[in-house]
Amino acid sequence: MFDLNYWPLIGIPVVVIGFALRFNPLLVVTFAGLATGWAVNLDFISLLQTFGEKFMNSRQLASFILILPIIALLERYGLQQRARDWISQIKTATSARILALYFIVRECSAALGLLSLGGQAQTVRPLLAPMALGTATNKYGELPKPVKDMISAHAAAVDNIAVFFGEDIFIAFGAVLLMDAFLKENGITGIEPLHIGLWAIPTALCALVIHLFRLARLESKIAKAVQKYNAPEPIL
Amino acid sequence: MSKVVDADVSHSSTALVTIENIYLLIGIMVMFLVVRTLQDKNHPKRLTTALFWFLFGSSFLFGDFAIATLGAQTTYLMVGISVLLIALLAGLNLVSMGNYSIPSEQEQNQSAKNLGNKLFIPALMIPIVTVVFTVLFDNVAINNVYLLDQRHLTLASLTIACIFALLVGWKITGGSPVQAVSESRRLVDSIGWAAILPQMLAMLGGVFIVAQTGDSIKELVTLFIAPDNRFMLVVLYCVGMAFFTMIMGNAFAAFPVMTAGIAMPFLIEGHGASPAPLVALGMYSGYCGTLMTPMAANFNIIPAALLDLKDKYHVIKVQIPTAVTLLAVNIILMYSLVFND
Repeated sequence: MFDLNYWPLIGIPVVVIGFALRFNPLLVVTFAGLATGWAVNLDFISLLQTFGEKFMNSRQLASFILILPIIALLERYGLQQRARDWISQIKTATSARILALYFIVRECSAALGLLSLGGQAQTVRPLLAPMALGTATNKYGELPKPVKDMISAHAAAVDNIAVFFGEDIFIAFGAVLLMDAFLKENGITGIEPLHIGLWAIPTALCALVIHLFRLARLESKIAKAVQKYNAPEPIL
Repeated sequence: MSKVVDADVSHSSTALVTIENIYLLIGIMVMFLVVRTLQDKNHPKRLTTALFWFLFGSSFLFGDFAIATLGAQTTYLMVGISVLLIALLAGLNLVSMGNYSIPSEQEQNQSAKNLGNKLFIPALMIPIVTVVFTVLFDNVAINNVYLLDQRHLTLASLTIACIFALLVGWKITGGSPVQAVSESRRLVDSIGWAAILPQMLAMLGGVFIVAQTGDSIKELVTLFIAPDNRFMLVVLYCVGMAFFTMIMGNAFAAFPVMTAGIAMPFLIEGHGASPAPLVALGMYSGYCGTLMTPMAANFNIIPAALLDLKDKYHVIKVQIPTAVTLLAVNIILMYSLVFND
């Protein structure tokens, strides 16, 4: 019953501790690999060969590098500015609607493989959060800090959730290709990345419904929060 | 260059756009960026950054050729040593951004105005052309030479799409493909070591497989759950993916271990589960974990800093209700979709 061999699991605590101590992830992952090899008495040379073999065999994960030149070229000629102008032309009345619209656009474009059309640094901070905050300010006047934080945090969350659950549908180079490589490595053939992508659609649709439902309720949450923080001291 | 051609010939499969050719293309591109980095005289970490990308690019440019001439084992050993060096360079913080000539915001605005929505065309071409080639040209062959690598249809189509988009982008903006590759150094450098992390995690997953980590997890699982209880196995796989992703900060790292430990032995081999939906939903369960962990710093902690939030866990707190609901949805979907009987 208790002859379970725990040594092959040593990589897991190594990763946890390494990340907790904020070492560089490449270093942490490599060290976890070395520790695991050492724990199961793999000789060093064959461990390095395993490193090399797996690294070589997963080179398709780097294929996203191929799209960077075209994106870089378009950015140089104003792609971001154009996207910004285009989005700002859409006049919607509320913060929640702006976030919902961004969510839809972001999830759909991610599903088409256009992952770099958004992002926390590229669009959320300079564009989405200010737009969402702007409309709320128009409506309620100067916002208390907790309300501002709530709207901004929702802007960040919208970008994460939309891109995560959109990207696997089609060309999420990383995830889909990793799954494909894993299946092939384990002798399961006859599955193309496109098949895996198709099975991501149900969850993606659920993510859309669930998060849009939450956003639909956000506007009244904002109103309540504004009221709460702006309320005068109760007279009793 | 002649060596490269040799490698190409020796590996020549019956396709025009083979995975080996794609690796060569990536290798050439990365080496071009290495040259550009070396030319960047004011680069704070010029030599080490160049070395980092050179080691990375080598496995693409010379890897298949080395296997053909030196043999697989020697090549793997050399790549393994490069991987250690790559990790050290990144770990010692010797890889950084350089200097880039970016046109002013005003120039970019002007150009955006002049070019208008035409700017979106090349970006949209990438997904569209990829789909078209994957669907319509998958079996196109002349004299038994296929156009696309039959084992890597999506990737071959993507490569063709990128080349098309680059040509169209050249026509629309007037900026040449060479300029485009030079410009991409800014993006590659800003992604930095993170570009290699997925491959490193795949490597760790590979070591876990050799070390039979999955078996240990499998044994752990049998301690707690009867292997004929389909529903509990599905729950364990989904929740396990989310949980491991939370501690490892990345669904990619959790995926090989949990899939080898639970999905492969119990669900695929044990209950004949269909692999494609199983892994797709498994990975998404991991993503639910990503939304709930500070370990996924890029997504959850850095934005809190960027947005000047008082509570650095605020983004995570906002994401938890959606993440937990989606995890439950994944469990239900997996239970109802993957079993064929």
